[in-house]
Amino acid sequence: MFDLISDFFRTLYEETGWNFVIFYEEYEWSRFVDAIWVSLKLIAASLIFSVLVGVIGAWAQGSPMRWLRLVMAGYIQFFRNTPPYVQLLFFYFVVGNLTPKVDMGGYYEPLIDSFGWAVISLSFFAGAFNVEIFRAGIEAVPTATREAAESLGYTRLKAYLYIILPLAFRVSLPALNNNLVNLVKTTTQAYAIAVPEMLYTLNQVWSDNVNVEEMMIVLFIYYVGLVAILVWGMHRWEKAMRVPGYG
Amino acid sequence: MAWSPDQPIVSIQNVYKSFGPVEVLKGVSFDVMKGEVICIIGPSGSGKSTLLRCINALVPIDRGSIMVEGQEVHDPDLDKLELRKKVGMVFQQYNLFPHKTALQNVMMAPIHVLKQDKAEVEARARRLIRKVRLEGKEDAYPGELSGGQQQRVAIARSLAMNPDIMLFDEVTAALDPETVKEVLVTIRELAEEGMTCLLVTHEMGFAREIADHIYFTDGGVIVEHGPPKTFFKEARDPRTREFLSQIL
Ligand SMILES: Nc1ncnc2c1ncn2[C@@H]1O[C@H](COP(=O)(O)OP(=O)(O)O)[C@@H](O)[C@H]1O
Ligand SMILES: [Mg+2]
Repeated sequence: MFDLISDFFRTLYEETGWNFVIFYEEYEWSRFVDAIWVSLKLIAASLIFSVLVGVIGAWAQGSPMRWLRLVMAGYIQFFRNTPPYVQLLFFYFVVGNLTPKVDMGGYYEPLIDSFGWAVISLSFFAGAFNVEIFRAGIEAVPTATREAAESLGYTRLKAYLYIILPLAFRVSLPALNNNLVNLVKTTTQAYAIAVPEMLYTLNQVWSDNVNVEEMMIVLFIYYVGLVAILVWGMHRWEKAMRVPGYG
Repeated sequence: MAWSPDQPIVSIQNVYKSFGPVEVLKGVSFDVMKGEVICIIGPSGSGKSTLLRCINALVPIDRGSIMVEGQEVHDPDLDKLELRKKVGMVFQQYNLFPHKTALQNVMMAPIHVLKQDKAEVEARARRLIRKVRLEGKEDAYPGELSGGQQQRVAIARSLAMNPDIMLFDEVTAALDPETVKEVLVTIRELAEEGMTCLLVTHEMGFAREIADHIYFTDGGVIVEHGPPKTFFKEARDPRTREFLSQIL
């Protein structure tokens, strides 16, 4: 790949001054490739965990236990009403300082690194919205459907897993779609705690090479592409879940 | 105390139930023997659905007792799963699971709830679909079926749990007149096979033909009851007579 494109971008630089250094210098290229992996891992982990938080949280919100519902309400208020950027800093610098360090044989490493804190923070952030999104979907499932499940012997948990959640999911997908697109874009804030994802890496590249404009173009194209893939995937999923005569 | 089939399979004693300030059941009592078919009729809002829902513990009662096969339904220690295996319920609005095919609707509960073997359940589900005359519709989703067809899937779904008692709550009330008959045929077959059935219905002709006993409820109490032969001819209470004159 690198060999294929490097000549073109080197010539481009020499003839026009457009400096896409990440596409023709081996070292910068490897930084760029690493950044892709880190950002994809960060996005994938945050997407998955935020959906899990949403699914479990929506279940907890419907719990007959009052204290659990109160905890959920507090969680949602906190994460919805504060900036995700501040949440990241809070997790990394405040909660991170309180977690134990592990002995790596002579030196100490934090139990959770900045990447881990970014995943945790972003998952809880987007998860708070997902809880609300799934709750709206759950409320759209008729009581009668619940009763049918109950009268067939389903427990609350089994009815949730096999009947209510699959139906709620279909209703929730468009809103979930929006929230996950937002999450993809919000992952760039992990920059604040030095997670070497795309924004952080390209920022270093343009500091070293004074090519902000070129790297900005790369950033925009990268995120437009990622979001397009996500949206495409979500639409495929929506289609696959569509049921004849329903919704 | 073990239950034996010569005792009532369902025994309802002096049941009271209110929703907030609304008293819905005000001391209802009756017994149902195994294999009996009883019909509950009465004006809308008289508590017929509530009564059926109390029998399978969808709704808790305030006072009184409901025994199913000798087990107190409203005992806090009751194993609800045991009760729901014994008592099947079919609703007015069918309440099928719209994201599953007809066959899957029938198969789900035995697999998820009873953890029975999938191949075995599928064979039984296919038999039940045939029994309710829906061969060829196994893979149709509820949204692709008519009301009458959906209702028959709902009956098959309940039967898949092998219940001893079936509760039918106005199961033909939402259907087109043409499809009412196909559902009634299915219920009649069940009754003829000896299934214990409690039906809430407005189909008086059907009630007269199928019921061993008819109960007329109004205002949360049983006003009058009797075997269909005498019930329809000799109803004494003015409320019963008025209701019958409106509906017949
Ligand atoms: N879950 C409930 N909460 C509050 N009121 C209810 C509930 N279910 C039934 N009711 C009320 O109880 C009364 C009897 O209802 P129902 O048993 O459905 O009567 P029927 O089936 O005879 O028409 C009605 O006035 C109804 O509004
Ligand atoms: Mg009713």
